Amino acid sequence: MPKTDSLQGSLDLLVLKILSRRPHLHGYAIMSAIKDWSGEVLRAEEGSLYPALHRMEEAGWIRAQWITKDSGRRARIYELTATGKKQLDTEESRWQAVTSAVNRVLRTV
Amino acid sequence: MSLRSRIANVFRGDDLSREIDEELRSHIEEAIAEGRDPDEARRAFGSLLRQREESRDVRLIAWIESLRADAVFGWRQLLKRKVTSAAAILSLALAIGACTSAFRLIDAMLLRPLPVAEPERLYVAVRQGVDFDGQVRTADMWAYPSFRLMRAAVKDQAELIAISYATRTDLTYKSDPEMEKACVQYVSGWMFGSFGLQPALGRLFTENDDLKPGAHPYAVLSYDYWRRRFGQDPKIIGRTFRLGSASVFAGPAARDNLYEIVGIGPERFTGTETGTVTDIFLPTMMHPGVVHDDWTWHRTLARLKPRVAVEPVRAKLHATSRAFEEERAKGFTGMSQESIAKFLDLKLLLEPAAAGASGLQEDYRVALIAMAVLVALVLLIACANVANLMTAQAAARAREMAMRVAIGAGRWRLVQLVLVESAMLAAAAAALGGLFAWWSAPFVISRINPPDNPVRLSLPADWRVLGFGVALTLLVTLLFGLAPALRASEVSPASALKGGSDPHSRRRLMHALVAAQVAFCFLVLFVAGLFAATFDRLSHRPMGFSADRLLAVETVAERAEIPAYWEQVAEHLRALPGVETVALAGWPLLAGEAWNGFVSVNGAPPGPVLAYFLHVSPGWANAMKIAFVEGRDFRRDDTSPGAAIVNESFVRQFFPDGNPIGKRFAKDSLRFQVVGVVRDAPYRSVREPILPAAYVPFQSVDDKGTVQPVRDSTFMVRTSGDNLLGLASILRREVPRARPEFRVSNIRTQAELVGAQTVRERLLAMLALFFATVALVLAGIGLYGVLDYSVLQRRREIGIRMAIGAQAGDIARRVTADVFLMVFVGALAGLAAGMASVRYIESLLYQVKPTDPAMLALPALTILAAVLLAALPAVIRAVRIDPVTMLRSE
Repeated sequence: MPKTDSLQGSLDLLVLKILSRRPHLHGYAIMSAIKDWSGEVLRAEEGSLYPALHRMEEAGWIRAQWITKDSGRRARIYELTATGKKQLDTEESRWQAVTSAVNRVLRTV
Repeated sequence: MSLRSRIANVFRGDDLSREIDEELRSHIEEAIAEGRDPDEARRAFGSLLRQREESRDVRLIAWIESLRADAVFGWRQLLKRKVTSAAAILSLALAIGACTSAFRLIDAMLLRPLPVAEPERLYVAVRQGVDFDGQVRTADMWAYPSFRLMRAAVKDQAELIAISYATRTDLTYKSDPEMEKACVQYVSGWMFGSFGLQPALGRLFTENDDLKPGAHPYAVLSYDYWRRRFGQDPKIIGRTFRLGSASVFAGPAARDNLYEIVGIGPERFTGTETGTVTDIFLPTMMHPGVVHDDWTWHRTLARLKPRVAVEPVRAKLHATSRAFEEERAKGFTGMSQESIAKFLDLKLLLEPAAAGASGLQEDYRVALIAMAVLVALVLLIACANVANLMTAQAAARAREMAMRVAIGAGRWRLVQLVLVESAMLAAAAAALGGLFAWWSAPFVISRINPPDNPVRLSLPADWRVLGFGVALTLLVTLLFGLAPALRASEVSPASALKGGSDPHSRRRLMHALVAAQVAFCFLVLFVAGLFAATFDRLSHRPMGFSADRLLAVETVAERAEIPAYWEQVAEHLRALPGVETVALAGWPLLAGEAWNGFVSVNGAPPGPVLAYFLHVSPGWANAMKIAFVEGRDFRRDDTSPGAAIVNESFVRQFFPDGNPIGKRFAKDSLRFQVVGVVRDAPYRSVREPILPAAYVPFQSVDDKGTVQPVRDSTFMVRTSGDNLLGLASILRREVPRARPEFRVSNIRTQAELVGAQTVRERLLAMLALFFATVALVLAGIGLYGVLDYSVLQRRREIGIRMAIGAQAGDIARRVTADVFLMVFVGALAGLAAGMASVRYIESLLYQVKPTDPAMLALPALTILAAVLLAALPAVIRAVRIDPVTMLRSE
């Protein structure tokens, strides 16, 4: 599954970023958002998304609550915590540093 | 935060699983609602179970979760076998509690450092030498003039501190009728400063409070006494009390004995005499003995300066002390050269005193350690029992274990499973055992209660005790849990599931444990037998006098009074109803007091044998019911020096040719003529051999024939009724009524005094017999379990044997043969251990020979009886096996 690989190391960043723009999304919506906003280039597998969500929840970056949607279905929605916001900044600047470094290498060669 | 939620999640595991499942389901529903193919949406998730496990592992701590699961499972296992679990927990609890209790006592008495600055630099100076009966003894008593020289000699390396023996003393805060007792100790003025102690109130002594004999009538109260006696009244400073010195030695230095309270000691400091709580500290200069070089009345503690080695200080002290004694010996008269050389031949030792220095420690050190070893052995027996139980259980659960391995449980997970169960047993036992120790340690201390001077030992349950308890629990868990756990994890699924595993390996472990149990049990029984026999011999030792209905009424006069007045009081008491006879004595027999000296016969130099002396009035032997062998009792006009009544040992020692009546002897310048001979009676202690004793008239005269007044003495009152307590209060009232200047300071029964002689032996015998019984019962239960299990395992074999014609006797032999072999091996090992260990407890024994066949036969026979009893049910079960049913069922 090459598409999953393309997400390596950046799934946390994407989830945090999406939740910072659009809080109160459930797992499926986050998955859809990754797909849509990346122009269908990136795709998070269910198998990695949920453990990642639960891990971030335990780390205190995001918090979850159960809601009942208009359709009558229950859903577990997530939002960013204060720690999560700080974590997003860290992850974002790390990502910028990595990509610009990679770009520099690409340009030099 | 996160760690907490992860731990919390462990305990809501089922909720957590449900929640994760629901979230995943809602995801799939959402996907389907969006129009995705249901099958495809489900497939995208892969195994739901795996997803859930992965998320669970993220959201809780996996190893805690597995521990929790094991604990729940273990709890169910324990509940399933209520009786065996309860038995295991109870036996372990008793053993753990006893061990913790022994630790509390040893810690409080021998290990716990005094609450002073750097207690590890504290030493006590003792002198070791060969006593007159050939025993090596150490003595910690010193004379103050000698102390003063030693202090000067080592002042650059160490600070010496004189601390008297704590003694219960009469004193009064108001008037004489309200006399009370307090525990008084004379200490060097610089003691508090040297120990780095601060007053709780007022001030403590300094060097300036301890300069001139008799010049510092000040007192410091201990915090404990201040709280108990005065309810922490802050106005206590400046109050005075009168020390109603009941001391025979009340010399000129004692004067009016009025002391002013200047301060309260720090809360935690209760003196340096472990086992006694000091109430009142006085400066050593106020002790009448401070100017006498032949009064030994205090301990000498040495506080070494930093980085000072012990040996040079010891050598210096030794040289100073010896020079002092040599100088003093020059003035000795009435002692042979031989005795003087022996007297001087002492070695000064410095012994660590971080935990204080007291006679209680000396008396109970070996006894406590012996007791601790006994309870440790009982703990090992209990552990072996539980280990056997767990092993048998593990055998029954072999299939379950095999199943677990088959579906992928790791070996470690199985070890953990069994260990968690063991730990739960041990923890429950430790909790119960803690309760037992909480009760039993003070109970044992309360048994060490010589009349009028109960032991007071603080037994705090602090981190030291708690730490010991936790460590012991862990150790116990590993001791009985590890072997069965490892064995359980070795299960081989293929063979176990097929229904047959090697039963012999299990049995070998159990047999080894049986041998160990029997060995320990033998040792415990053997030692308990020695202690019991010692107590028996001591308490059945012929006394020579009768202690029944005999009261010792210790009496003090305001100032020394002539014997005629004492006799007046005695006469008054004789007239009281319920009083049979009354006589006077310097002190009661077996109260610990003694007056001794060397005797010279026919003007020859005195020999090396010590004799006891005691002032008694006419009728004393009769009141004590000590029988006359020949001669007569004292008359009213007999005086000391002059007439003497001697015991049989005295005659054997000094008049070996017989016919002692009319013979003369001398003690120093005092000359006596024997007028009567009485039967032997122990004087100071029931443990020592009977020494020669001379009873001399209560009425003493000096060289000019003037009658000497007496300050204090004891009325020996033989009563006709059994109500000693009732009579005691009457006597207390009647003595001052006879003569107002006389006052009773203490009343004890002679039976109490005799009982106090064997307090330690009674305690040891009682505890040792109790633990021997426990050990025997535990070992018996263990043996029963093993035999029963082995019959259960071999029932098919037994069935076959019976089917082909084996006799019942043959079956019984087969079933019990290996176990009896183990019992035999164990008993031999126990015997060897007993023989090896007996020299450590020799000092606790009295006229008991460990090699005595009776002492060995007793434990051997007891164990044999227990073994037979334990084997009986299993043998009966074996021979009752019906071959037909047995073979059909398989």
